[in-house]
Amino acid sequence: MKISFKVNGAARELDAPPLQRLLDALRLVLGLTGTKEGCAEGECGACTVLLDGEPVNACLVPVGQCQGREITTVEGLGAAGHLSPLQRCFIDHGGAQCGICTPGVLISAEHLLRRNPDPDDDAIREALAGNLCRCTGYQRIIESVRAAAVLRRADARDVGDPRDVGDARGARDVSHDRQEAP
Amino acid sequence: MRGEATRIGDGINRVDGRAKVTGQAKYAAEFEAEGLLHGWVVSSGVAKGKIATLDTSAALAVEGVVHVLTHENRPRLAWFDKSYRDEDAPAGSPFRPLYDDAIVYSGQPVALVVATTLEIARHAASLVRVTYKTEEHETDLAARREKARKARPGKGGYEPPPKPRGNADEALAKAAVKVDAAYESPAEHHNPMEMHATTVVHEPDGALTIYDKTQGVTNTQTYVSNVFGLKPDQVRVISPFVGGAFGSGLRPQYQVFLAVMAAQVLKRSVRVTLTRQQMFTFGYRPATWQRVALGATAEGKLEAVVHEAIGETSRFEDYVEVVVNWSGLLYQCDNARYDYKVAELDVYTPLDMRAPGAVLGLYALESAMDELSYALHMDPLALRLANYTERDQNTDKPFSSKELRACYAQGAARFGWEKRLPTPRAMREGNKLVGWGMATGIWEAMQQKAAARAVLSIDGKLVVGSGTSDIGTGTYTAMTQIAASILGLPIADVTFKLGDTTLPPAPLQGGSWTVASVGTAVKAVCEAVREQVFKLAKKMKGSPLAQASLDEVIFAGGEVRLARDPAQAVSIAAAMRAGEAFTLEEETSTLPQLQEQAKYTRATHSAVFVEVKVDEDLGKVEVTRVVSAIAGGRIVSAKTARSQILGAVVWGIGMALEEETLMDHDLGRFMNHNLAEYHVPVNADVRDIEVIFVPEEDEVVNPLGAKGLGEIGIVGVAAAIANAVFHATGKRVRDLPITLDKLL
Repeated sequence: MKISFKVNGAARELDAPPLQRLLDALRLVLGLTGTKEGCAEGECGACTVLLDGEPVNACLVPVGQCQGREITTVEGLGAAGHLSPLQRCFIDHGGAQCGICTPGVLISAEHLLRRNPDPDDDAIREALAGNLCRCTGYQRIIESVRAAAVLRRADARDVGDPRDVGDARGARDVSHDRQEAP
Repeated sequence: MRGEATRIGDGINRVDGRAKVTGQAKYAAEFEAEGLLHGWVVSSGVAKGKIATLDTSAALAVEGVVHVLTHENRPRLAWFDKSYRDEDAPAGSPFRPLYDDAIVYSGQPVALVVATTLEIARHAASLVRVTYKTEEHETDLAARREKARKARPGKGGYEPPPKPRGNADEALAKAAVKVDAAYESPAEHHNPMEMHATTVVHEPDGALTIYDKTQGVTNTQTYVSNVFGLKPDQVRVISPFVGGAFGSGLRPQYQVFLAVMAAQVLKRSVRVTLTRQQMFTFGYRPATWQRVALGATAEGKLEAVVHEAIGETSRFEDYVEVVVNWSGLLYQCDNARYDYKVAELDVYTPLDMRAPGAVLGLYALESAMDELSYALHMDPLALRLANYTERDQNTDKPFSSKELRACYAQGAARFGWEKRLPTPRAMREGNKLVGWGMATGIWEAMQQKAAARAVLSIDGKLVVGSGTSDIGTGTYTAMTQIAASILGLPIADVTFKLGDTTLPPAPLQGGSWTVASVGTAVKAVCEAVREQVFKLAKKMKGSPLAQASLDEVIFAGGEVRLARDPAQAVSIAAAMRAGEAFTLEEETSTLPQLQEQAKYTRATHSAVFVEVKVDEDLGKVEVTRVVSAIAGGRIVSAKTARSQILGAVVWGIGMALEEETLMDHDLGRFMNHNLAEYHVPVNADVRDIEVIFVPEEDEVVNPLGAKGLGEIGIVGVAAAIANAVFHATGKRVRDLPITLDKLL
């Protein structure tokens, strides 16, 4: 069936079997491989995306249900070469290791910070309860989200327009951060 | 203005961080190819027997199905075991997918359905009908313990147990105080977050470009070449990002075999991704039984150490790991005896999993030491210190360095160990029993042969490459940092490449030896470039460095400066321009200094202190505090180093309290083969973890003095938790994991 929806702000149209997993539509059809698959049964959270602003496991959502709706993936968190505060802080505080859980964790954390700009550690843990990580031991993920909350609050402008954040904050240690494109 | 140079030891951000937080990092299943086909694996439903019938007609009838590969229609394959043996293969006959009708374990691949889309392949795979002529199987280690036998050596890096010293059994019988207990631990699966996947691109000239999830591209290349009779230069293996592995990518897994086979047969590009369930159909940490008996004087001096272990293995290979050797190495004791055996079961061959062997052996030894401390009415830390050894009595060699005393002291101080009340059940908060436990950890510090290439361009950009991998550990970052520090360049001007068989070869990423091995090669190759630059700088007309020697200059800020007068400097770019060198290139291979290293035992050490709170009514265990003090030589990259230990400590929590792959012995198959029922630690399981790196100098282990950190962080953690649980509850649980039912 023909499905039109918005992905990361852009209108997309595809012809897909209605029961195709949203995860496969994103990864295989639209080439947005940032969203990862870790279990295919809603346990690990690696495929978390925002559907109309709410976090869902893309492995459990048939693409046929996405008609007319809005999806945000990890690729839509920053903008035009700039990182969101969460992305920035996951680099600064070592929240990402192998990188498979990272996109889903970032999406869950984004959803948290949109609703709760000043979460305590328990609120962060609760929000990330559906995201498994096998590398970091979670502590640095919590530290990263905590730092991102501070960063977002520190500059109200950042919350409104994350595109400014890369310039405002990224300059701090730009020498330590560089796109790796092997 | 140029950024400041980075030094070895600084805590820099992960250089691949941006790629990972933006979703741009590409993993094995994410590379595209024209006309890519998707494979779906059909797994055996029985543990042992023969395939009686295999009906693929319904699957083939599905529109979009291109082929179904089985043992009946497979192409010719290599004949000898040798061809299937990879760098990490133990002794025996490696498993051959789709080779014949024999079923040797449950979950074994029996067919690969190849189709134009993933959905069609998955659907058609459900239509493949297989019947079996089953044979009786045995999958229970307890039932086969009596039949355990000596393992055949042959696995790289495996050291059989040392010869006994003194007479341990006699000393044990005579000892004033003794403990003698059996410890059991279940099978565990690595469960990296990324499933194993391979994308094989069939190039127009018939060559294969293989994007594989692996801990060693060379290993995959050699395996594929040997098995399919291809020349290595027709097989390029690429693996820029690996979504965790922990040992699961040390051997080429069957998805790479099947994807290559399909690509070869169909002359098309093929991708095969395993499901999470199928992640439980290859290597794992073996279920293991151990006995540790310790005898001591009334003052707590060890008189006897006996350590025996039996691990499971498959019928076709002797998986071996070093479980018992550590016990005669960690403490001073003149009487020691070891035994290590394997028991054959109808399962797949186990596989190295983070700190293989050591994590089990130290669980048993350090639990037994704790039991001995109570028998002696002695503080557990005091007991360890009373038996501290400056010499490895197994080999009668000194340690190249051993700052374990500092680990004990700093860890205990940070934790507040001196406030511990010695009696079990003496500390509580409301209905929660509080327990403090500790344990020692040890792991080998190894170095392997490795090679690296470096190209410095006149614009000051340095590209260094080696065919190693980064399974999330931080190889990109550590190597970039080493290279940048040697040439005095900002991190942003250095690119490190890995995971490609066109790069100079590196060993498998395992054993915690990557920084020691590849780091040494990167250091050497960058020093060779530095020397070339220095020669050019000296030769320049009117060079202020004309009279200088290499040890009188420093490289910083893109310049070669006289150390005693940094204003006397030549820029790297100017030196290269003057020498008409647009690029300077070096390639170097480095070997460990075997003769010198052989004089010493080289090891990392740790001391782990743990606080648990146990709900007295429900038996629920929370690990509320961990202090892990590590003696790991020189720390190369402080941030990624800390991450390695944090993650490993949480693996220890998983091992102690949660992780267990449960086998249904009637069916001979793992039952909890998913992330819902195989419990890995989650956010809520983790509280306060502190990491201390104690300073440790070591000039023997390798020129960097770095000992490796991937494994040491998990060793000892399970014992420390088990010991804390005993301190809290007075209950000694000797079979992992310590689930609440065992405490009620």
